[in-house]
Amino acid sequence: MSNKVIHAIYNDDDVLMDAVKQTRAAHHHIEEVYTPFPVHGLDKAMGLAPTRLAICAFIYGLVGLTVATTLMNFIMIQDWPQDIGGKPSFSYIDNMPAFVPIMFELTVFFAAHLMVITFYMRSKLWPFKQAENPDVRTTDDHFLMEVGIHGNEEELVSFFTSTGAVEVKVVDKH
Amino acid sequence: MYTFSSKLKTFSFILMILGLVGIGIGFMAAPKTIEDVEKILANSHHEGNHSAAPAHGEVVHAIEEGKDAVEHGETKVSDSVVTTLAAHADASVNNVDSSSVHADVSHDVVAEPAAHSDNHDAHATADAHSHDDHTAHLEHVLHQLQNKPWAALYVACIFFMLISVGVLAFYAIQYAAQAGWSPILFRVMEGITAYLLPGSIIFFLFLVITGAHVFEGNHLFVWMNPDVINPEHADFDKLIFNKKGWLNVVRFLVTAAIFLAVWNWVRFKFRQNSIAQDTATDNAPYKRNFKLAAFFLVFFIVSESIMSWDWIMSVDPHWYSTLFGWYVFASFFVSGITVIAMITLYLKSKGYLEHVNTSHIHDLAKFMFGISIFWTYLWFSQFMLIWYSNIPEEVTYYVTRIEHYKLPFFGMLALNFIFPLLILINTDFKRLTWIVVMAGIVILFGHYIDFFNMIMPATVGDQWFIGIPEISSLMFFLGLFIFIVFSALTKAPIEPKGNPFIEESKHFHY
Repeated sequence: MSNKVIHAIYNDDDVLMDAVKQTRAAHHHIEEVYTPFPVHGLDKAMGLAPTRLAICAFIYGLVGLTVATTLMNFIMIQDWPQDIGGKPSFSYIDNMPAFVPIMFELTVFFAAHLMVITFYMRSKLWPFKQAENPDVRTTDDHFLMEVGIHGNEEELVSFFTSTGAVEVKVVDKH
Repeated sequence: MYTFSSKLKTFSFILMILGLVGIGIGFMAAPKTIEDVEKILANSHHEGNHSAAPAHGEVVHAIEEGKDAVEHGETKVSDSVVTTLAAHADASVNNVDSSSVHADVSHDVVAEPAAHSDNHDAHATADAHSHDDHTAHLEHVLHQLQNKPWAALYVACIFFMLISVGVLAFYAIQYAAQAGWSPILFRVMEGITAYLLPGSIIFFLFLVITGAHVFEGNHLFVWMNPDVINPEHADFDKLIFNKKGWLNVVRFLVTAAIFLAVWNWVRFKFRQNSIAQDTATDNAPYKRNFKLAAFFLVFFIVSESIMSWDWIMSVDPHWYSTLFGWYVFASFFVSGITVIAMITLYLKSKGYLEHVNTSHIHDLAKFMFGISIFWTYLWFSQFMLIWYSNIPEEVTYYVTRIEHYKLPFFGMLALNFIFPLLILINTDFKRLTWIVVMAGIVILFGHYIDFFNMIMPATVGDQWFIGIPEISSLMFFLGLFIFIVFSALTKAPIEPKGNPFIEESKHFHY
């Protein structure tokens, strides 16, 4: 089994979108698409599943809210219920308005930061990570679609040339 | 063109007629004299004797008696130098004990008369004084009960009028921001703002008859009573007297007239230009509306702030809050957006808004969600700052609300914040008709309760109840609102033409 792939390079996002649709219609499996900027609707055209990052963020927010509530309930109410300026420390609800700013901020803090970390982990991003860039031009002004070769190589090359690619390369992938 | 369905028209008439009947009943049922109040109170007292509440009252009374005794004991004791601290403590402990025994006894129905006669003996000399107190109390309750149908009418009246003002502000923002998604909904918004004219006429008449003191039982605005600014009178109120430069009926009515006139004029011009744009060959009417929107938004934010002091905050003339105007604005702004969403969904379901898609609904639902949270932010900022500093002169506002309006006061937080927060946070939910309609009903009810909480504690106090006068007033204005809004929708094509953003709006997709 060869691990040859086709790199079809485009210089316009509209042409890319059309090419993606044609490729999907022709039932070629798209391995990856590299673009210099977000192309609106590309994920839909490629048929990618929607992200669940927002659901994660919601759960992280709940965790943050729980942390804030537990923290302040323990410190201010259970552990050392002092009278500070006449604020009622008999129960959590008695003094809750004073805790709300912290509850809010920790909810946002947890939701935001944990979501970002989740994003980094899921998209495998970290400092000193080796960049996976098949062609340096894709960070500037070119769009690249990578399609695995199963079957007739020449047929595939001519197919991608017909989709408006400015360049079609057959690459050995390691 | 939209045709007003006859079913909806009948429904609105039924609401108006039932509402009017109920409002009438509310005014009939209000007590006329102190004797009526005495009867009402006696009845409620009789019923209450079986419940725990009066017993609790008795306990409080008994404890207060005990405290009195302790204080008396202390003054006596302090004369004698020999008394040790321990003895002093003992005495007060004894006293507290006896008062708790007293309290326990008063739970017992048989022992109650004994406790009462005890009180009478102790305060025999104060009897005459307490009689005066009793009369003053009855008069206080009389005014509250007489206010009930008035306040119910006022809350419903201002609520529906401000919904149309909120929609007008939203409409102006869409013009000023040159929004590309909303022009398809402009006719719906214009339909809702059509309620502004009749709504504000009724509202202004209400203010006039209140200010001119046409009806004896209308005590909504305490500061309108000439006695309170008369230094010779027993009801003289120094705080209100000092504010009489602002709180006087002439200034109040003139300001109200100017604001309502300008809002209505702006609404009229908006509509005129919008209709003219349908057949115009250039964008001149649109540009006029753009400039008008810019003017209106500046005027609106100033007038809105002032109107919130006048029409809502001044029912509590001893109390003030600096962010009150914003708070009121957020409340009726979110209600207005909710009404736009609900009427759009209704018209869409009847097949009138061909080009409105789920993305438009999604945008409106996002506004409902966002402004609900903005409202909560202002509610909490106002509440928390006052709660935290706990300055007696301003905290009474919340003390009365938490004491007598616990359920509506905290309940509206669930309706206006927690419910929309959890329901409208989901992107898919914001596109579902039934979710948006359900959230809309909850938000509108919640904001009615919000206005109820703003007006009622100062006007009817602990005599509040959501009964016939309140529900009937709501029904009457709802019927009127439906009738006028849907009548206005029949007067122009339901989808505007010629607006420079209309094509974008038709193809809006999120």
